[in-house]
Amino acid sequence: MSRLGTIARRTFLIGSAAIAGGVAFGVYAYKREPENPLSRQLGDGQVALTPYVRIDQTGVTVITPRADVGQGVASVLAALVAEELDVAWNDIRIDFGPPSAAYYNGAVTAEGLPFAATNDGLIARQARVVGDAVSKFLSLQITGGSSTVPDAYEKMRVAGAVARDVLLQAAAKRTGIAKEELKTSNGSVITPRGEALSYASLAADAARIDPPRDVRLKPEAEWRYLGKTMQRIDIVAKSTGTATFGIDIKMPGMVYATVRTNPRIGGGIKSFDASAAEKSRGVIAIVPITGGVGVIADNTWRAFKAANLIKCDWGPSPYPPSSAAMFQTVAASFTAERQDSRLKDDGDAEAALQGAGVLEAEYKVPYLAHAPLEPMNAVVQLKDGRLDIWTGTQIPLFVVAMAAEVTGLRAENIHLHSQFSGGSFGRRLEHDYVRQAVELAKAHPGRPIKMTWTREEDMSHDFPRPLGMARMRGAVKDGKVEAYDLKLACPSVTASWFGRLGIPTFGPDTAIVAGAWDQPLRIPHYRVTGYRVPEMVPVSSWRSVGASGNGFLHDCFLDELIRAAGADPLKELIRLCWHEPSRKVLETVGEMSGWGSDPGKDRGRGIAFTLSFGVPVAEVVEVTNTPRGIKIDRVFVAADVGKVLDPENFENQVQGGVVWGLGHAINCELTYRDGVPEQTNFDAYETLRLYQTPVIEVRATDSGSAIRGIGEPPVPPAAPALANAIFAATGKRIRELPLSKHIDFV
Amino acid sequence: MQLTVNGKTHQVDVEDEMPLLWVLRDVLGITGPKYGCGVAMCGACTVHVGGEPVRSCSLPAADVKADITTIEGLGTPEAMHVVQKAWIKHQVAQCGYCQSGQMMSAAALLRDNPNPSDDDIDQTMSGNLCRCGTYPRIRAAIRTAARELKGRAT
Repeated sequence: MSRLGTIARRTFLIGSAAIAGGVAFGVYAYKREPENPLSRQLGDGQVALTPYVRIDQTGVTVITPRADVGQGVASVLAALVAEELDVAWNDIRIDFGPPSAAYYNGAVTAEGLPFAATNDGLIARQARVVGDAVSKFLSLQITGGSSTVPDAYEKMRVAGAVARDVLLQAAAKRTGIAKEELKTSNGSVITPRGEALSYASLAADAARIDPPRDVRLKPEAEWRYLGKTMQRIDIVAKSTGTATFGIDIKMPGMVYATVRTNPRIGGGIKSFDASAAEKSRGVIAIVPITGGVGVIADNTWRAFKAANLIKCDWGPSPYPPSSAAMFQTVAASFTAERQDSRLKDDGDAEAALQGAGVLEAEYKVPYLAHAPLEPMNAVVQLKDGRLDIWTGTQIPLFVVAMAAEVTGLRAENIHLHSQFSGGSFGRRLEHDYVRQAVELAKAHPGRPIKMTWTREEDMSHDFPRPLGMARMRGAVKDGKVEAYDLKLACPSVTASWFGRLGIPTFGPDTAIVAGAWDQPLRIPHYRVTGYRVPEMVPVSSWRSVGASGNGFLHDCFLDELIRAAGADPLKELIRLCWHEPSRKVLETVGEMSGWGSDPGKDRGRGIAFTLSFGVPVAEVVEVTNTPRGIKIDRVFVAADVGKVLDPENFENQVQGGVVWGLGHAINCELTYRDGVPEQTNFDAYETLRLYQTPVIEVRATDSGSAIRGIGEPPVPPAAPALANAIFAATGKRIRELPLSKHIDFV
Repeated sequence: MQLTVNGKTHQVDVEDEMPLLWVLRDVLGITGPKYGCGVAMCGACTVHVGGEPVRSCSLPAADVKADITTIEGLGTPEAMHVVQKAWIKHQVAQCGYCQSGQMMSAAALLRDNPNPSDDDIDQTMSGNLCRCGTYPRIRAAIRTAARELKGRAT
């Protein structure tokens, strides 16, 4: 039984007059229940049986209130509801829904807590409950941290079950047949005589029934959709060019815009001269905006062209002007004053690392851009005291709050229509681009305005993954790793991001040490210390956040220690690992890759393991050292998310995560000259292309433990597995990303 | 100037140098081709001109001398091209933003070379960037589409 006393209560009742317009039920509560957000938006003949289920005469729509940026959440969330509600898969429609506190994400703060995901102790568990309450209190309707599925796994199945229950009750009342004798099948209640009453015909009655406090969720053995490969709800549209992304929105009378702001983010603008731009064909208006200037024109290209004609006098960079100076700031941060955390301190690392035989190294990782293929954009319309926004965002409630601040409108007069995004990788956790569009709308009310960034604007105004450095020492004894002291220094993503959203943060930032301090390894003397580097360029979450760089930093030096001990990397990792699901992924990837067999002439294998977002992932990369450079032949991945909800989507996400991890490791960095990013398009920031893509074999080792998301965890081990493979094939140890600075790839 | 897109002829009043992509998207409202880079580096804007795949973001409208086919003209949800069917079978798309361009490149490849080697696929498709990393599925879908075409031919 699921405890609905606290998580499922209908939030409002609706009179018969309103039933023609629709009805809704609630499935949430923390003392005070947020209003069911669907209640204000129901159309004629629509009924909402929970904040996640809306029914009208044409069928069932599932509200999937997380941003679908490619990870397929719309389909997975719909499957959770549909499984319990009992609707035919092809009949399900989805809607991202309105921004609402009801859609808070109770799992998103878990990764920020100073408890390792493998820590199942009482305090850690209680902290996660508090994290859920904090998310609710802050109305964190956020997509991120691979938390969508952990958050929704029970919540949305319950929403489906509650809706089904009241539909059954409505049918019982109408037919006089006991509820227990009724069944459901593909969107209808079925009587013992085989008569079918469609959900649509029952919805209005069902909406008047108090939802149950307890519902029984289906046992796994009865699942029809979960655990099986489903056809993604968006797959036909995305395979025929008919999917509408934010950038594709069309509105009658729409005008087109772009903006230019200082590429030295925060540097501001002193003045601009738009006299040439004003005369450019199609230009409707030149609009000053915060830190820059916007152009509104009759099509996007004319706006781009005119923007190029504006002469801007930018303010100076508020941070060090060059990458070298930035790395000097990082190097100067390994001090007691800047120490941020020491969450891992096993044994006595200091004592164990005295005297001869201590290995030392320094590693570096660069700033990285998100560069989703769809450049940032938003469509906005301010008209008659109402603001409409069409855009892809991971933080809908923050967008509304920002728009209220910019326009002075009340939140209820601001309508955000969430859209599919052409990638994000964390970029749409920011709302800078929406703010600019809203500023344009404020200056130019009436017609809808589509604001689109150029690729160059997008890449030079990213909030990148922070740069970082590691200093490490270690010792080996009797063929084993004996001591590992890891010092990690980077700016705080958490403080930077929450700061922009106006939320203060306290205490250490676990993102500085994520993917390193929390690894389930038992090394006798094992210490991980985080140092907080001053912010410099504002930074943000980038697919797998802190672990994205720390996987490389932690795992490569561990590989150095294992090699120095003369041990086999896989065997030694298994020996060091105390966490059963983690050991299982290591053993599995060993078996998949034929680890231990001769890889062949000029070939090498590398292994890396990172537990991030609660998911242990082990990867083996196989390379050939060709005369023209390194060729990545094959990658093997084993991962444990507890339970895979959609095998094909799981595989696709893992392969994508590996491609992401490898591509950036090989080719990408964001460097700065005079405070301006030097890479502004894909000619200078090239991730993996198809010819470089290895065969990627994936296996899930479902341990059945807590369910987890897979969007991010495959990323951190990819870079170190590759670097370790290059060492195995060439004897060359590369301690800096991107690897292409030190070795060629084919 | 006059442009024929997906079998339909349009009169457009645009600058000679306006890239075809923006004529399609903002003037004609055909949004299947996407803007990704503007410099022919990502391939999201790929369309066929006279049957040849081109990066429409970098092709001035005045230089278009043949009929244009976009993803919308390749096939529709009701009548899909063999490449689109294969894309669905393998559930290639993640975010899907690059996939119009990927499919236009793949369709041109298979028309010229119905039985491409892995190397042919790698060479032809490497002009199309996918940030989500769907490349393994793109390869598989092209092989499936090729087999499908072979089945039809025999």
